Amino acid sequence: MNFSGLIQDFGPLTITGLAQGAIIALFALGYTLVYGVLRLINFAHSEVFLLGSYACLIVWGFFGLDQNSATPSTLSVIGLLLLGLVAAIVISGITALGVELVAYRPLRKRNAPPLAFLITAIGASLFISETVGVMTQRNIKGVPPLIQPRDVFVIGNMHVTNLQILIIVLALMSMFLLDRFINRSRLGRGIRAVAQNPDSAALMGVNKGRVISLVFLLGGLMAGIAAVMYDLKIGVTRFDAGFLLGIEAFTAAVLGGIGNLRGALLGGLLLGLLQNYAASLFGTEWLHAASFVLLVLILLVRPTGLLGESLGRARA
Amino acid sequence: MSEPHIETPAEADAANARPFDRPAPEGTGTGATAPAAPGEDVLLEVDNVTLRFGGVVALNEVSFSLRKGEIFGLIGPNGAGKTTCFNAMTGVYRPTSGGIRFQGQSIVGKKKHEITRGGIARTFQNVRLFPEMTALENVMVGADAHHKTSVIAALFRLPRHHREERTGRDRSYQLLRFVGIEHRAGDVARNLSYGEQRRLEIARALATNPTLLCLDEPAAGFNPAEKADLLALIRKIRDSGVTVLLIEHDMRLVMGVTDRIVVLEFGKKIAEGTPAEVRDNPAVIAAYLGVPTDAA
Repeated sequence: MNFSGLIQDFGPLTITGLAQGAIIALFALGYTLVYGVLRLINFAHSEVFLLGSYACLIVWGFFGLDQNSATPSTLSVIGLLLLGLVAAIVISGITALGVELVAYRPLRKRNAPPLAFLITAIGASLFISETVGVMTQRNIKGVPPLIQPRDVFVIGNMHVTNLQILIIVLALMSMFLLDRFINRSRLGRGIRAVAQNPDSAALMGVNKGRVISLVFLLGGLMAGIAAVMYDLKIGVTRFDAGFLLGIEAFTAAVLGGIGNLRGALLGGLLLGLLQNYAASLFGTEWLHAASFVLLVLILLVRPTGLLGESLGRARA
Repeated sequence: MSEPHIETPAEADAANARPFDRPAPEGTGTGATAPAAPGEDVLLEVDNVTLRFGGVVALNEVSFSLRKGEIFGLIGPNGAGKTTCFNAMTGVYRPTSGGIRFQGQSIVGKKKHEITRGGIARTFQNVRLFPEMTALENVMVGADAHHKTSVIAALFRLPRHHREERTGRDRSYQLLRFVGIEHRAGDVARNLSYGEQRRLEIARALATNPTLLCLDEPAAGFNPAEKADLLALIRKIRDSGVTVLLIEHDMRLVMGVTDRIVVLEFGKKIAEGTPAEVRDNPAVIAAYLGVPTDAA
């Protein structure tokens, strides 16, 4: 184990981990929102993210940009980023709503048992990722270099780049807005009501079907933002990009307390950090194994996750 | 996140007088209301309703009707089908046969939230609040049912959304005052006492602006003093223009407050009439006290 390496690189590992964790956290929100209201693990959420990661690339392709293009001027980068975000958010949102409509709503109408939802979730997930796989001949797709990582400031050996700052700030802003929406608005109140007691919520005039659609939509919007950040950070995407990151995001949601929005943020950031520390300590090849062993240990101590389960806390 | 501050509504006394922004139905002013003549001002009609669960007949050809502005009692021994009848009226169960009409329109097969928005609200035998929301938020969920802003308006916080939020908050606060727990407005519901939770449930139901309020054993677990307070509250609700349907198996409570009563036993209606008529009905006495074997 390489302790001196960990101590020596602690600063750079931390900032990389935070940026990675911010993407995981945004992604994790989709799992947590749906679980909080429906007690359902939406495994197809990884493909909501996947389609978002392609949507922005397609839009950028309209402007003739590919991975070999030169970096455009600052003004057009801002415009392209906004367009890419909008495209990813729209496509991810539509995908999330579509999955709900096709894979879950019919089952809910027939009062299907939870296992049936699990199977359709896996089915929807495989169907979308395989379709993308066939359409792209399973090749990786490069991302145009919209943002060349540049040091904004340096503390010791920690180089903080413009891209890392963008990712972390955008993720925190999105989560802040979502948190406010859930806790302060009328629709958010409806979501919390259904999460805490679906039957009384319906008898108070809350339209449960609309709340469920809204929850899928919100999760999709967040996944769309995460997908653009992922593209810019990693530089490529592929038909199975959603899968492994999806498992990480789901884990982050459970780690923070699934159903708990702030738990997803905490779980995501923590997982990002753990992965980078573990990679330094045991070698990059052990990144996933080591970080997941640590997660199991944390869950042994806090079985309901760090902040406890459920949207606006436990159902009585 | 709890509510940061609670503004006191300007009209401090308005709550006691009229918490509902709707004119009172005609002919139902304050004070005791004499039962209307049959067929007059029918609000809710239960028409020959039968409800079977497999082989069990929970309701057997039950018919009765509620008139506007009365306090109507639905009583019977445990397991008589009172709550089942309630559930059929609020869209939880669909009757096997028979019709239920509210203000002349059939409500059989309608969704729960549609029935609520149509003007029927209810409370539960066992309290079912939103435990992690504040008392005020609980009531606001009920008030939200009548808001018209779209998802878009709410997402972008358009002025109309703000206005509705403000009126919803003011009205919810008035309702808390109306049921007498405004001092708990900012507290999370699960921290309220049992009696306060029951009152909160009534306030939440009233927030949906109902024409008919159904209370399912609201006095369960109450001591005599609390029961007396509750009776006063039920009268106050009726006087504000809301028709009240009360399920109860405590005979004395029902006798004290209702205008008319229907008695169920084993899913069948065995009696109907004023409290005095029902009290002297031999079938009712038999149902409650049991019939001596030699007399049967």
